[in-house]
Amino acid sequence: MTENSHEPEAPDERVPKRVIGTPPPAESTSLLGAAEERTAQGPGPMPGVKFQDEKTAKKGERIAALCFVITFLSAIGFIASYVIFQVGDLDKAGASNLALGGTLTLAFLALAAGVVVWVRMVMPKYTLFQERHEMASEPATREVVAETFLQGAEESGFVKRKLLRRTLLLAAAPLGLLPIVLLRDLGPLPGTALRHTVWGKKTKAGKDRRLLVEGTGAPIRAADFNSPGGILSVVPEEYQHDLNELAKSTLILIKLRPEVIKSGTNLNWTHDGIIAYSKICTHVGCPAALYEQTTHHILCPCHQSTFDAADGAKVIFGPAARPLPQLPLGVDSEGFLVAKGDFPVPPGPSFWERGDAEAEVRARGGHA
Amino acid sequence: MSAKIGINEKSTVHQPSITETPKAIAGVSTYLDDRLGAGNFLKRNLRKIFPDHWSFLLGEIALYSFIILLLTGTFLTFWFKPSMAHVVYDGVYEPLKGVGMSEAYASSLHISLEVRGGLLMRQMHHWAALLFVAGMMVHMLRVFFTGAYRKPRELNWLIGILLLTLALVEGLTGYSLPDDLLSGAGLRITEGVMISLPLVGSYITFFLFGGEYPGTDIISRFFTLHVLLIPGILLALISAHMILMWVQKHTQMPGKDRKNTNVVGAPFYPAFMAKAGAYFLFTFAVTAGLGTFAQINPIWLFGPYTPADISAGSQPDFYMGFLEGSLRLMPAWEINFLGYTLPLSVIIPALLPLGIIMTGLALYPFLEQWVTGDRREHHVCDRPRNNPHRTSIGMAAISFYGLLWLLGANDEISAKFQISLFVTTIVGRVLVFVLPVVTYIVTYSICIGLQRKDAEVIGHGVESGVIKRLPSGEYIEIHVPPADDIADHMLGKRPVAMLPGAGDGEAEPEGVPPKALRGPIGKLRAKMSRAYGGEKVAIDDGHGHHDDHGEHAAIGAGDGGHSNDKK
Repeated sequence: MTENSHEPEAPDERVPKRVIGTPPPAESTSLLGAAEERTAQGPGPMPGVKFQDEKTAKKGERIAALCFVITFLSAIGFIASYVIFQVGDLDKAGASNLALGGTLTLAFLALAAGVVVWVRMVMPKYTLFQERHEMASEPATREVVAETFLQGAEESGFVKRKLLRRTLLLAAAPLGLLPIVLLRDLGPLPGTALRHTVWGKKTKAGKDRRLLVEGTGAPIRAADFNSPGGILSVVPEEYQHDLNELAKSTLILIKLRPEVIKSGTNLNWTHDGIIAYSKICTHVGCPAALYEQTTHHILCPCHQSTFDAADGAKVIFGPAARPLPQLPLGVDSEGFLVAKGDFPVPPGPSFWERGDAEAEVRARGGHA
Repeated sequence: MSAKIGINEKSTVHQPSITETPKAIAGVSTYLDDRLGAGNFLKRNLRKIFPDHWSFLLGEIALYSFIILLLTGTFLTFWFKPSMAHVVYDGVYEPLKGVGMSEAYASSLHISLEVRGGLLMRQMHHWAALLFVAGMMVHMLRVFFTGAYRKPRELNWLIGILLLTLALVEGLTGYSLPDDLLSGAGLRITEGVMISLPLVGSYITFFLFGGEYPGTDIISRFFTLHVLLIPGILLALISAHMILMWVQKHTQMPGKDRKNTNVVGAPFYPAFMAKAGAYFLFTFAVTAGLGTFAQINPIWLFGPYTPADISAGSQPDFYMGFLEGSLRLMPAWEINFLGYTLPLSVIIPALLPLGIIMTGLALYPFLEQWVTGDRREHHVCDRPRNNPHRTSIGMAAISFYGLLWLLGANDEISAKFQISLFVTTIVGRVLVFVLPVVTYIVTYSICIGLQRKDAEVIGHGVESGVIKRLPSGEYIEIHVPPADDIADHMLGKRPVAMLPGAGDGEAEPEGVPPKALRGPIGKLRAKMSRAYGGEKVAIDDGHGHHDDHGEHAAIGAGDGGHSNDKK
């Protein structure tokens, strides 16, 4: 620890020196100082300690006392509020919060103010000095430590006995790996999980999977879907509550007039101007939920990647590097919208093993 | 030493009202000392001196916020269920009745609406978390700008950076726990960033989330990190931070009789102890007041998390804002090669600004030592103006961080000020490079200007407000010497150290440079040392060859006072 035995206000004699083996200190040498030494110290001016005049101190005492009484009352008020204000709905919780929080705030505020008044008006003003010393130990001490270290190393045989040292290091090396090995079961390996969605699979009944309205879960009759200007959030049949699936399979459904659809959109995968894109942004995976009908722009609210819905959802602005994948759409025998297959490329944010899936699809002559 | 200082102060005779330690205290303390030997420690430390300056209180905000976080957080764990099991809400909040959600969200709603004091504790916890990070940041800036990280405090500086980093992770994990729609959006972005990492991205996310996002494990895993692992490390590091501060003693601002070899201030017992206690209570009161009157994160409005939905205007907590801004700013760069993908539009903004700032902070004390060759201990703080390059570098970093932070809310800016969203992004892309440079230049000139002002105040005195008419008919204003404490504060200035042999700032020094300054790196080092170090504006304190100057200023007839008026 630091060495500051030079404080003028704490002379050495105050703490008795003790020798190991001597009997425990008597009453007169108790830890917090003997009575006679105390009286010997004051009264009299102490250097660097400027006492408040009695008038200020008295005033301070009164103000601090008032603050402490306020704290006492507030704390009682807190307990009373706890009993009086029951919770049970939003309004009641709000009232309870106001009462509990208000009394708690006041209690601590008054206590803090009281202590500050105490320090500033009752306690003396201090300008005390203490010496600093270089942090470094004395050279002699360092030498002793160095010698002791070498001596210990020599005595232990760690340096001399190579077999001991090398086998010990050998033993330690794999031990560090154990925690990493143990953590292997945290999760499965990715495999191809990120490349496929449930849209590519038939339903349990072996039919094409229907598109359901998010929230209501209703299937969408192609003839009834007419929302030029709006978008619909769509989830896969049988998986409308499966969050893992929703995190990559959620769609936005848009109906555009045929004349506005541009070449980027795969017309074979649309149905009567209805187009389905992945809702999961290709940047970091937020749902691209905003749509501007006049420009056909899809906007992700997280980082403002902007996609052109009329042109295969290609990126117009923002940090997303790839268009939102388009889903092949069709209708089943009852006229409901269904998926005719999976996304041609993995939806959602990019990852290392993904590669340029769009280019691969194009190379196969497909439409990405 | 102190006797000389204090003895001539007028102090009233003080009659002690207590001359004997009460039995109850003396008995217990003697008992403890017999067993622990605590007396030796107390003898040295009860009257440990703590210097005073308002800026020394900033770190304490963080310390006390941490204590509040531990208290309120413990309360929350009594009801919070860190589980992603699916439940149908059956609580008191009507709009969500019958809605499927995770147990975590349901229990967060329960704490907020059905536990007395639950909402208060939750809101205080959230506010204290913001205060914790904010307190650390301003404390760190204080330490940086006053050079308090210099030897022997480099290790404590590194601990501080570790603490800030951990606090960000702690905030992120805590933010995700309620599992409402807003917290889920943050989690999704975290996942999107993680999965973009080359080679290991998808593996890391699959291990962290227990499979595909979002899975059913992340809340319980984050909970363990948030309430056990990270707070444990934080507690250990904060203790180490405090112990080092205690052992090395606090730095002090320059002033009367303050030297590298002393500490001037108030004793720990009783003054500092009481002040620190009051300050803790104030922090507690402010947190409680915010928790009462300033609503934060009303989770019942957001609804349960589903990856299919998001609310517009989603914003993270303030300390994550700069990452959000840099993600928004980045152009859509993505590299595909050999069947692999490198999503630069995610990796660069997520890692580069954070890396620049954290690495820069960690290395700064050592780079500064390398450039200045200054291996001395420093216990008296610099005033920021007196090391203009350091201050300019710090301000440039702040402008860089601040701009990214602001752009994290560019949609709000765009909506409020009717600016096109794309324009805010494009302007931001330019400013992120230009603004730090401009800030550097402006800050440097301000620092030099302030140094000149100090030199003027010391050399010529301050305007007294008294106008005097000379016999020639000319009017001058009488200048008087500055107040002692101000003068001492200014005269505490020391030139920034420079490598020996690096020259005096004018030109390349003559002769063969020392070994360390040869070669291209050595030459660069010498050049940097010349620019960084040295005295930019010397303060003439009137004790040198201008010994009569102060007198002139005092009587107001000197040339100094005269020429000063014309400015």
